[in-house]
Amino acid sequence: MHELSIALSIVEAVELKAQEEGGGKISGIDLVIGKLAGIVPESLRFCFSAASKGTLAEDAVLAIEEPEGVGECGECGMKFPVTFYYAECPECRSLRIKIISGEEFSIQSMTIEEGEES
Amino acid sequence: MCDTCGCSTEGGAVLRKPGQSDYHVHVSDGEHGHTHTHDEHHTHDIGHHHQEGTSRKVVIEQDVLQKNNLLAERNRGYFEARNIFALNFLSSPGSGKTSLLEKIIPPLHQRIPVAVIEGDQQTTNDAERIQALGVPVIQINTGSGCHLDAAMVNRAFKELDLQDNSLLCIENVGNLVCPALFDLGEALKVVIISVTEGDDKPLKYPTMFHEADLCILNKIDLLPYVDFDVSKCRENAMRVNHHLEWFELSAKTGEGLAAWQQWLEDKLAQH
Repeated sequence: MHELSIALSIVEAVELKAQEEGGGKISGIDLVIGKLAGIVPESLRFCFSAASKGTLAEDAVLAIEEPEGVGECGECGMKFPVTFYYAECPECRSLRIKIISGEEFSIQSMTIEEGEES
Repeated sequence: MCDTCGCSTEGGAVLRKPGQSDYHVHVSDGEHGHTHTHDEHHTHDIGHHHQEGTSRKVVIEQDVLQKNNLLAERNRGYFEARNIFALNFLSSPGSGKTSLLEKIIPPLHQRIPVAVIEGDQQTTNDAERIQALGVPVIQINTGSGCHLDAAMVNRAFKELDLQDNSLLCIENVGNLVCPALFDLGEALKVVIISVTEGDDKPLKYPTMFHEADLCILNKIDLLPYVDFDVSKCRENAMRVNHHLEWFELSAKTGEGLAAWQQWLEDKLAQH
């Protein structure tokens, strides 16, 4: 359940930013969670609704982009899709693979509501 | 709720010392507070107003774990400046982290100061075992938390009075999943598995083995009684992480312990 503490850190980060930006409510948050990042998006959504209660991010909708894993061969430089930490280069059969994409885990942007209250 | 002072420990860790039931420090005391603490007055009355007007996109581009990672780097800088070699011990519950510490600390701490941070959801049981060895120890009780984070470790080592040129062993909460994501500022991550677990564990919990620097296979004295293929386990671990160093030992009988002890001594000498 590390998703809960992660949800809390997302709420903390966006709320801080929203306050810097004038304190408007946050209606959307764009996240990037790579497929190899070790985070379960569904679990994060579940925890986020609990973690954001009573904050500016309470009604925020999470938009999650999930980039696929990409490995780069340390021998021949070939780049290819991976679904796991270990992989074999389809070109030269080397196992010296470096993961170059899929481990991302970031808050890209958020949408703040502003304007007059009616 | 904290059973000592009655304050909320929801999501907050507590430091304890074995044998001192009146000692407890909340990790969040005097540290960062969440902006949504209970005494906050809510500035937005949901339901009474509805907002009209425009929405605006604000670019953040920030790593979600940035706060933890930055604090972990501060810890790392502190350890480096004082030449403290910090190891983060990770495993499932019951793999033998505390037993291993009980074996390696006595011969070491005659020559080099050793301190221990113990992480568990509840109890000071492990800290009591370490205290019996005569080394400074502090227990972090994470409550509902499933892992240690950099803030907890930061707060804990400030309570420990660490010495220069020393070894700091951080025993994480027994959990092979969550602690893998949280950098504490350690020099190296040590993952421990035991032969009573499955030899496919590195494949089932790849993030942990991917992040670790070395892997210790414990309880090898039980190999005759269990269906565990050591070479297969090692191969699985190496597939997930080619740079993983590998040791096989029994903390109980001492078999194989000398090799790892030598590795530790060498690291401490180089550090």
